[in-house]
Amino acid sequence: MNSSIRTFGTDVSAQSRLMQLALAGLLGLFVIGFVGFSHLEAAHNAGHDYRHSMAFPCH
Amino acid sequence: MTLFRNVVFVAALAGLVAGLFMAAMQAYATVPLIIQAESFEGAGDGHHHHGEEAAEGHSHSHGEEAAEGEEGWAPADGFERFFYTSMANIVTAIGFGLVLVVVSEFAGGMAGWRQGLFWGLAGFATFTLAPGLGLPPELPAMPAAELGARQAWWFVTVVATGVGLALIVFRRTPMLAALGLVLIAAPHIVGAPQPASFDTPVPAALHHDFVVAVTVTNLLFWAVLGTVAGTLRARFADEAGTAHKRFA
Repeated sequence: MNSSIRTFGTDVSAQSRLMQLALAGLLGLFVIGFVGFSHLEAAHNAGHDYRHSMAFPCH
Repeated sequence: MTLFRNVVFVAALAGLVAGLFMAAMQAYATVPLIIQAESFEGAGDGHHHHGEEAAEGHSHSHGEEAAEGEEGWAPADGFERFFYTSMANIVTAIGFGLVLVVVSEFAGGMAGWRQGLFWGLAGFATFTLAPGLGLPPELPAMPAAELGARQAWWFVTVVATGVGLALIVFRRTPMLAALGLVLIAAPHIVGAPQPASFDTPVPAALHHDFVVAVTVTNLLFWAVLGTVAGTLRARFADEAGTAHKRFA
């Protein structure tokens, strides 16, 4: 298949583009979820002021 | 994996800038109000318990008791606390940046700082405005419904608002626009989980100031995140020479 797509300064196949974007998106969601919604005590206390300031449900 | 690398690079740089900016804004706009509210946590407790024991049963066991009594590790007040707040800001800003850049790629990519700014405003509407309507920013020592239920409502509202906005902006039919509006309104018709009693020792004026401070700092945060991401993204496209700038 030569259906490469020019995107973001690179040429990628449609399938590879989808896979790479999905991977980057999941990484982002994981990071937000871990810091914003973690029930781990240490992570919870470290990010306390941050979560209040972002209006994330906290206590 | 060049595309992945480029997306991460743009998101990381935009997140670093926006996260540092946000930490600086919070240090003077929101954190002092949080610390002020914490002074009511001990004082209000006797009063707090009697009206709210039933209402807060669940959240209490996890949050308050743990936070107040036998506490685990927590950063010391002052620089250490500021440092961890800043780290949380930068790390999640990169996370938000990743989500913003990835979603915008599916719509053709940000073609410059101005489109980036609009994407940032959409992020603000999705992640701050919509969930903030049902669950206004809360201060310590304020009553709230069970944590898990609020987190679930928050998440569903964010997804519904994001999808709703996308349907309105990118699908140009009246039917789908109407569906988008329904999706945006639905979580608020269902309603966010609320505590049985709103009794709190925190003064209403303090809470009001906090809601304004959180909303405005988030607006500026998203504006910076989107603008920087859009600028960088356009630079990447230009460097490639014949980049196709596909407008949404």
